[in-house]
Amino acid sequence: MSTATDSVAVAPQLRRGLTTNRLPSWAPAGIAVLSIVIGVAIGLLGSLDSKIQWGLLAGLAFVGLTYGLSAKVEGRRQAKDRLATSVVWLAFVLAVIPLAALVFYTVQQGASVVDARFLNHSMKGVLQTEAGGGVYHALLGTLMQVALATAMAAPIGLLTAVYLVEYGRGRLAKAVTFFVDVMTGIPSIVAGLFILSLWILLFGFQYSGFAGSLALAILMVPVVVRSTEEMLKLVPNELREASYALGVPKWKTILRVVLPTAIGGITTGVMLAVARITGETAPVMMLVFGSDIINENPFEGPQQSLPLYIWQQYQTNNDFGYARAWGAALVLIAFVMALNLVARGIARWRSPKSGH
Amino acid sequence: MAKRIDVSGLSAYYGTTKAIEDISMTVEPRSVTAFIGPSGCGKSTFLRTLNRMHEVIPGARVEGKVLLDDENLYASAVDPVAVRRTVGMVFQRPNPFPTMSIYDNVAAGLKLAGVKKKSVLDGVVEKSLQGANLWNEVKDRLNKPGSGLSGGQQQRLCIARAIAVEPQVLLMDEPCSALDPISTLAIEDLIGELKSQFTIVIVTHNMQQAARVSDRTAFFNLAGVGQPGKLVELDDTQRIFSNPSVQATEDYISGRFG
Repeated sequence: MSTATDSVAVAPQLRRGLTTNRLPSWAPAGIAVLSIVIGVAIGLLGSLDSKIQWGLLAGLAFVGLTYGLSAKVEGRRQAKDRLATSVVWLAFVLAVIPLAALVFYTVQQGASVVDARFLNHSMKGVLQTEAGGGVYHALLGTLMQVALATAMAAPIGLLTAVYLVEYGRGRLAKAVTFFVDVMTGIPSIVAGLFILSLWILLFGFQYSGFAGSLALAILMVPVVVRSTEEMLKLVPNELREASYALGVPKWKTILRVVLPTAIGGITTGVMLAVARITGETAPVMMLVFGSDIINENPFEGPQQSLPLYIWQQYQTNNDFGYARAWGAALVLIAFVMALNLVARGIARWRSPKSGH
Repeated sequence: MAKRIDVSGLSAYYGTTKAIEDISMTVEPRSVTAFIGPSGCGKSTFLRTLNRMHEVIPGARVEGKVLLDDENLYASAVDPVAVRRTVGMVFQRPNPFPTMSIYDNVAAGLKLAGVKKKSVLDGVVEKSLQGANLWNEVKDRLNKPGSGLSGGQQQRLCIARAIAVEPQVLLMDEPCSALDPISTLAIEDLIGELKSQFTIVIVTHNMQQAARVSDRTAFFNLAGVGQPGKLVELDDTQRIFSNPSVQATEDYISGRFG
């Protein structure tokens, strides 16, 4: 009891009651609506052309009104809390708008183009200036190139990460970490140039889907290493020790205890890396070369890929080309999104289970 | 099944830091030996040198000899993996494998050693879970994840997992410190039953527990912060708690220290 009386003496200005005036729970939503109205009203009255200005005004009004109202009714501490919350909300909306707009616009432009015919026809015999044609050869090319790149990069990345986390000590590990960091920063065009000069100019191979996947693999390895490393570090040491204490050798502990525990996160990491390289254009442009016909052999001759297809269709500079570019963009986004969903599904399915 | 442990002149290091110095003792087969002592005195470190788990930590090394029925665990031809199959361990915090079911957790040691026969595994799992007094609680949900059990059940699951590979010696590093009194009682009863088959060494901070479960008790102490831990004395539990021969032991067990 004495401490309570002391603190009253020390800080008599502190309010003692436990209840305060609160804004109703619908207040944030109400303020948001009001702010949008204000933004639109000022925009119309001031005849501001840019909708962005309207949005900014609404955002400012939202933050200002929230703080002002809350300070009036609830007091300063609550008002600061609400201020922070409203800024977070505003930032969230700002982040979501471009994303939503991108998906919305791509679907709007591409949905009318994408149909069964578009998906299972190539551009063979279709003039750039006429309608028709399809994306099949590009989709096939992208699938093959990405699959090949993943087949090369995922095992290398996985094993590198296992080395770094489970075995790596001293200089070699530090050097590997350093080079992985450097590789993370390689611009995709440089990876493309490297394979171009090594594989095509020096070794004398042709342009092919495989040449492209070599460059994509270079871009993919560091991403896989980093994400796998983080996931392996999350596996508690106690599990490794429990396994050692049962007389299980280290390699088997890694294979049967550590990797299964982390497999959900590792899969997610690999899938995200796949999603990232699927959209790469520069190395594909240099190494896969592009083609209008279906080439089912990624090891020989030019292939097509979705990003390159989009770029080439955009280059045609006519409405049919633009339409095909949007259609291909929609297919690409859907493909990447499907990969992400699969990754999430696997992560949920394989992650360590708790509960009953 | 049970083996005698003879330790002579054992010191353990973490990098350049000496954690324990010149420890010699004998652990009798088919008995429970308890290690007591203040935090940081090297009880756990010493325990981990008995199945070569100490060297799992980077930079850690050991000097001296640990004889398991006349075989030196630190001889150059000895495979640490084989040592750990012979000397099992239960840890402070229950650590069942989160990806495995209750059944797979208990069978893990054998499965990972290459035993595949279902009938063999079934038998071992049932026997081990019964040995750990857990069978009746989990027999209807062997395929559920082990992490869904309560803390006390998880610890008994870890004991079942450790005894499933039929070690000669069972090391327990504060196995009850994360458990409530009822689970602790269950594990102490279990230790009493297990000592007929295994040589058991248990580290504990709970002196009543040491008095309850052990036949012999070793008191470890350290001279000061940064000094290596040493074995002060090892004697019958009854003598340690009633009439220890060293003053420091008496001070520690009666709460007069520092």
